[in-house]
Amino acid sequence: MRLDLTQIKQWIPQGAKVLDLGCGDGEFLANLRDTHKVQGLGLEIDPDNITQALAKGIDVVEQNMDKGLDNFPDQSFDVVVMAHALQVLHYPDKVLDEMLRIGREGIVTFPNFAHWRCRVHLSTRGRMPVSKFMPHSWYDTPNIHFCTVKDFEALCRQNGFRIKRREMVGETSWLARTWPNLFATTAIFKITR
Amino acid sequence: MPEHDSVGIVSPQTAHFDAPLALACGKTLNKFDLVYETYGELNAQRTNAILICHALSGHHHAAGYHSESETKPGWWDTCIGPGKPIDTNVYFVVSLNNLGGCHGSTGPTSINPETGKLWGPDFPQVRVSDWVNSQAALADHLGIDTWAAVIGGSLGGMQAMQWSVQYPERLKYCLIIASAMDLSAQNIAFNEIARQAIQSDPNFCAGHYREHETNPSQGLALARMVGHVTYLSDDAMANKFGRDIRSGSIEQNIDQEVEFQVESYLRYQGSQFSTAFDANTYILMTRALDYFDIAADFNGDPVKAFATTKAQFLVVSFSTDWRFSPRRSREITNALIAANRPVSYAEIEAAEGHDAFLMSIPRYLDVLTAYLGRIAEDLL
Repeated sequence: MRLDLTQIKQWIPQGAKVLDLGCGDGEFLANLRDTHKVQGLGLEIDPDNITQALAKGIDVVEQNMDKGLDNFPDQSFDVVVMAHALQVLHYPDKVLDEMLRIGREGIVTFPNFAHWRCRVHLSTRGRMPVSKFMPHSWYDTPNIHFCTVKDFEALCRQNGFRIKRREMVGETSWLARTWPNLFATTAIFKITR
Repeated sequence: MPEHDSVGIVSPQTAHFDAPLALACGKTLNKFDLVYETYGELNAQRTNAILICHALSGHHHAAGYHSESETKPGWWDTCIGPGKPIDTNVYFVVSLNNLGGCHGSTGPTSINPETGKLWGPDFPQVRVSDWVNSQAALADHLGIDTWAAVIGGSLGGMQAMQWSVQYPERLKYCLIIASAMDLSAQNIAFNEIARQAIQSDPNFCAGHYREHETNPSQGLALARMVGHVTYLSDDAMANKFGRDIRSGSIEQNIDQEVEFQVESYLRYQGSQFSTAFDANTYILMTRALDYFDIAADFNGDPVKAFATTKAQFLVVSFSTDWRFSPRRSREITNALIAANRPVSYAEIEAAEGHDAFLMSIPRYLDVLTAYLGRIAEDLL
């Protein structure tokens, strides 16, 4: 399992009701169901992912979260997870707000655009970074809203989201924890209202 | 002629019921018959039974062939059979003709035992909830306590939905395809046009056409034509017919009456239907559609209705279906989400309009296969 997902798992209580925004093929929810006995629901727009999630016994609703989540009642989930989807959203701030309306807690993971490799790439080559983790060219990337660890924290302050926990994933974990904005490849935040 | 993945030759059976059935309209049917077919084998634990509910003009013959010479298989043969999404190697599938139908189950074309005459237009107006009660009686008859799943498209989806509310303990999964929690005004309007077409046919004779040895064929054909147009999408019709001309010409200086392909197709469909379907049944079935409201007994709140259910749900819609649009299926899904019920929802990209639910659309079949595989894994 991806490192950020392994970390998120540790933050999810047994038996929780979990909404996974952009659940992919349902692997994470299936894992949570088997180990944490969660009651999970995924949101997804990719047809193949939806079929695969269904085959795994995961409930999945075909819905584009960028078009709103107002069909979900207030505080109807214990945890709302959004892993590696923030950067593809048209309205990331609105979706974050909705996450905390629907769930008591939100867990968000995203790639850190201020990672030193990105900075070096941009400053030395003067081109948008393309790497193993960000394989797309600027014109055809689904990632339209990249942000940095600092950007995300600023947005949380501005919108009144409380950061309950944060964990950083990087090539060297102590570096990523000490200087996240420089060394974290992926940032993981648990937020509440 | 059966193919290798067909259930093969099947024969309908008839179940007789002598216990009175109290209907939603207040009347009682003292005895009735239901015609049904089954495909696959019921397992020893009786946990693999699936009920198929038919749509407006459907019947019990959902899969396979009645004889070697039959050219067309049952109406949902794309989905039911060995290795197909509703896999008859795994499941025991039951498909019936609903009460009020005209394919063998008790309905307007049956004899009223009290009068010894045809029921005709006097057959009681059955509703979706009555069908569900009669289907429960059929389940008892077959020794099925709990359905692994109840599945239906369109009006069939309404029955599946009603099952989940009316007999929450008697089904594990509920598959609602191209359906709605109630009909829109536009839908009721189309049904009323269809009924008016039938009732204004001089041969309708206030529903007593059989006693007068006639049939409101014109009216029925017209009703079917209107219905048929609403089951297709604009694109589907454009692709299938375009402005192709079957006979005549619209060229300069030619004065010939033109028949477009679409006209000839609709006339053919209409006339075929008018010989195969009973007018009183058509009126009864469209009214059952119109009257359906899942929230009727719950102060109009579908969330309250679904809160009483125990099944797990799959809701499916089709992008170009305007008679039962994706919006209506999302309403079902959202009511289930709000009721905290397990639900999955897929919106299938398809050009075929409402008819898509009967068609062999790869993603649709994939979704059904995945979900039915999960049911088997859960229950069997």
